[in-house]
Amino acid sequence: MLQEIILAGFGGQGVMSMGQLLAYAGLVEGKHVSWIPSYGPEMRGGTANCSVTISDEEVSSPIITEPDTLIVLNRPSLEKFEQNVKPGGRLLINSSLIDIEPKRQDLQVSKIPVTELGREILGNNRVSNMIILGAFVEMTRAVSLESVIGALKKVLPEYRHNLIPLNRKALETGIELAKGREFLHFRSCG
Amino acid sequence: MAKVLMKGNEALAEAAIDAGCRYFFGYPITPQNEIPQYLAKRLPEVGGVFVQAESEIAAINMVYGAAGAGARVMTSSSGPGISLKQEGITYMAGAELPCVIVNIQRGGPGLGGIQPAQSDYFQAVKGGGHGDYRLLVLAPATVQEMVDLMEKAFDLADEYRNPVMILGDGILGQMMEPVEFSEEKETLRQEKPWATTGAKGRNPNIINSLFLDPAELEKHNHHLQQKYDRMSKEVLWESYQTNDAELILVGYGTSARIAKAVVDQARAQGIKAGLFRPISLFPFPKVALQEACKKAECVLTVEMSMGQLVEDIRYNLEFKVPVHLYGRVGGMVPGTRAVLEEVKRLVNSGKAGKNP
Repeated sequence: MLQEIILAGFGGQGVMSMGQLLAYAGLVEGKHVSWIPSYGPEMRGGTANCSVTISDEEVSSPIITEPDTLIVLNRPSLEKFEQNVKPGGRLLINSSLIDIEPKRQDLQVSKIPVTELGREILGNNRVSNMIILGAFVEMTRAVSLESVIGALKKVLPEYRHNLIPLNRKALETGIELAKGREFLHFRSCG
Repeated sequence: MAKVLMKGNEALAEAAIDAGCRYFFGYPITPQNEIPQYLAKRLPEVGGVFVQAESEIAAINMVYGAAGAGARVMTSSSGPGISLKQEGITYMAGAELPCVIVNIQRGGPGLGGIQPAQSDYFQAVKGGGHGDYRLLVLAPATVQEMVDLMEKAFDLADEYRNPVMILGDGILGQMMEPVEFSEEKETLRQEKPWATTGAKGRNPNIINSLFLDPAELEKHNHHLQQKYDRMSKEVLWESYQTNDAELILVGYGTSARIAKAVVDQARAQGIKAGLFRPISLFPFPKVALQEACKKAECVLTVEMSMGQLVEDIRYNLEFKVPVHLYGRVGGMVPGTRAVLEEVKRLVNSGKAGKNP
């Protein structure tokens, strides 16, 4: 198994932590992983992205030019990375903030309004990244939910462990949505 | 110990502590800032000293002082900062002081950019500062290797009384990979009878790089040269799929990992490709390179520069095999697809026989 994923969005949407969790979850499962952040003169509200590789084999090149999966939380990220996705690859879109259609016809597209879902279902749009991560986990089985929770315990400092139940709930929301594909019909209330 | 997910910069910093480094002097610059950030917190915990100096020049001279006193000491920077440190580095080479200098390369020249590059190769392996001197230069390609080479770097520095450079790049510094730190081990540290430690009950030691008598300075240079010659036994490299390879990709650090992926992709398409990755850039693993290329009709270096490593590959292969370059610069990173295209182009055009 080799999964190459690019995750992208606004700084502050939790793109980097989502990627780190994914990589750590792979590590928890004894897989080979790498995580590369975009770094530069970036700030909250600017764009951020990271590349995550999860593999059964040693990761030769950690640089991802053609991801199997692209997860985008904002419109500039979709516009920037859509063209790079592997033919027939997977595209997860935060439809709360992305109001355009992807150009490619060959991709498996899933639109999830995670910003609204976070706010409406969980009362906190800061866990919207966990909803889309949950959907990704369900769709690809690249790592298990329990491994992501295990990773959360390692990544979050002890005094933040009270946030794990909320994050679990967000991940499970994403998983349920991916199972039922309800998100395809989800109507924005905003 | 269990594996942990760490940034290259942080892993390298922790490995320095493991290797007995207790002194760090530096000045901030992207993309290596996690090294001083980590050590600022960590060094005081182990009784060490961290100083953010007022400049790179101050920092390297603090390194000179600590090394002269016999300490295991380190500094880190990126291209522009390493350039500022060159005066101190050549003084340390002249005065035969051990230290470790980390260069997490970024795009140049000048202030350049902050994205990864490998365009400081010449500066690292050919001297960088004035005078006839060499650094031992080690180039890790994974976060784990950054850790593994740290102890080695400090040991080599002490053994040869010479600065050692770890040559990384922005990707290696910023990326996270699983790493394992070896269990606490008793290492035999070199005695440093030459260090300036107070001269109680012995004659004073003098640390100096000034020799006004030309005959004396020539003798000193010969002594240094013998030392650099002796270093040739410290060569490190990795050969991958080279036994039957007709086309050899050569690269170090991040570029070598991209090249390794290309080797696998080329092999899947029936092209007999292999990878040679120098880990020690000085001393250069010349014999191993020649061995790896003995069936090669063509060599392609992959590097994040306009062509620096490629010159040494041509030289070390004694111009017997045509050596081509695939280089990206300015913070752009070679893509596997583009490198594979170049491999196919070379194979199809039967480029054997002529240098470009």
